[in-house]
Amino acid sequence: MGDLREHLLSRALGDLLPWAEQCAASEAYGVTVGQVEEAALEAGLLPARYQRNRKTFSTADQLKLFRSTVAVIGCGGLGGYVIEELARLGVGRLKAIDPDVFEEHNLNRQLMSTVAALGRPKVEAASGRVAEINPAVEIITLQDRFCRENGKSLLSGADVAVDALDSITTRLELADVCADLGIALVHGSIAGWYGQLVSQFPGESTLQTIYGRCADGVGVEKQLGNPSYTPAVVASLQVAEVCKILLGRGTPVTGAMLVINLLDMEFSKFKIRC
Amino acid sequence: MMRIIVKLFATLREGRSAIETIDLEPGATVADILRPLNISEKEAALIFLNSRHANLSAELADGDTLSIFPPIGGG
Repeated sequence: MGDLREHLLSRALGDLLPWAEQCAASEAYGVTVGQVEEAALEAGLLPARYQRNRKTFSTADQLKLFRSTVAVIGCGGLGGYVIEELARLGVGRLKAIDPDVFEEHNLNRQLMSTVAALGRPKVEAASGRVAEINPAVEIITLQDRFCRENGKSLLSGADVAVDALDSITTRLELADVCADLGIALVHGSIAGWYGQLVSQFPGESTLQTIYGRCADGVGVEKQLGNPSYTPAVVASLQVAEVCKILLGRGTPVTGAMLVINLLDMEFSKFKIRC
Repeated sequence: MMRIIVKLFATLREGRSAIETIDLEPGATVADILRPLNISEKEAALIFLNSRHANLSAELADGDTLSIFPPIGGG
């Protein structure tokens, strides 16, 4: 790999590594474009695709993101946007977990759904999309329904889990599994014009408090449905939280819930811990 | 009498105002405010009293603000 480093340094434009050089190095050295990306970042070079990130993230930050693994549980309304944004951000490894195939009623909001993808697994569409937009990102597809029993295995190796589920009961199981594994969980949920966001660290029980009286596991999304913009907004907030947690920056919504009301355009934060 | 301001969210606004003002006898709890609003305990999945999470049994004081949310679980 010493050779590769020297090679990349010789091919960079300033400290930027163009995509064509990243691909050429991958072929010449028989390694993946992801391995080239890591070597470049280690050498202080920034893959040119990230140049508009650089006022927000240092090259060291970008390397940290590349070496991170994020599990996305649910690849529908929220999950599709979350996976898209994490891949563009440059998070190196994604685990996409969802048992379902696309159906026609997904087309109004789910980013990965297309007419051609109807009947195809959601995780497969997510994997295809990531390969198109950022082949340096590894995406592990797990076409499985998350539950308490398989949760530890599905989340293994993840630094952060993103709750993009559509079931309150499963969310609470996810929260328990994350607590057991000691990983942070970024929760989002939506219904109609409304959404909510929580970041929960090991030892916290914000989600358990929020959903403590939802015994039947059904929310008002069954009445309200979900339009196109609500998942996009809440998913973006979730990705911002993931990014902050991975980099140890800023102030996540922890011990509190952010309530999003797009109808009256109000964002309010409520404390959960007293 | 105590005057309580109640902020309702999402589906709880249907047939009601976004902000309701309810007068109650001293000693009333959060649960007592649901009856005049015709909101079931199940619908009021999440309640904040002056921006902090509260249970149905929490006692109210004059001038309190309650925010009540239905469960939101979609993804």
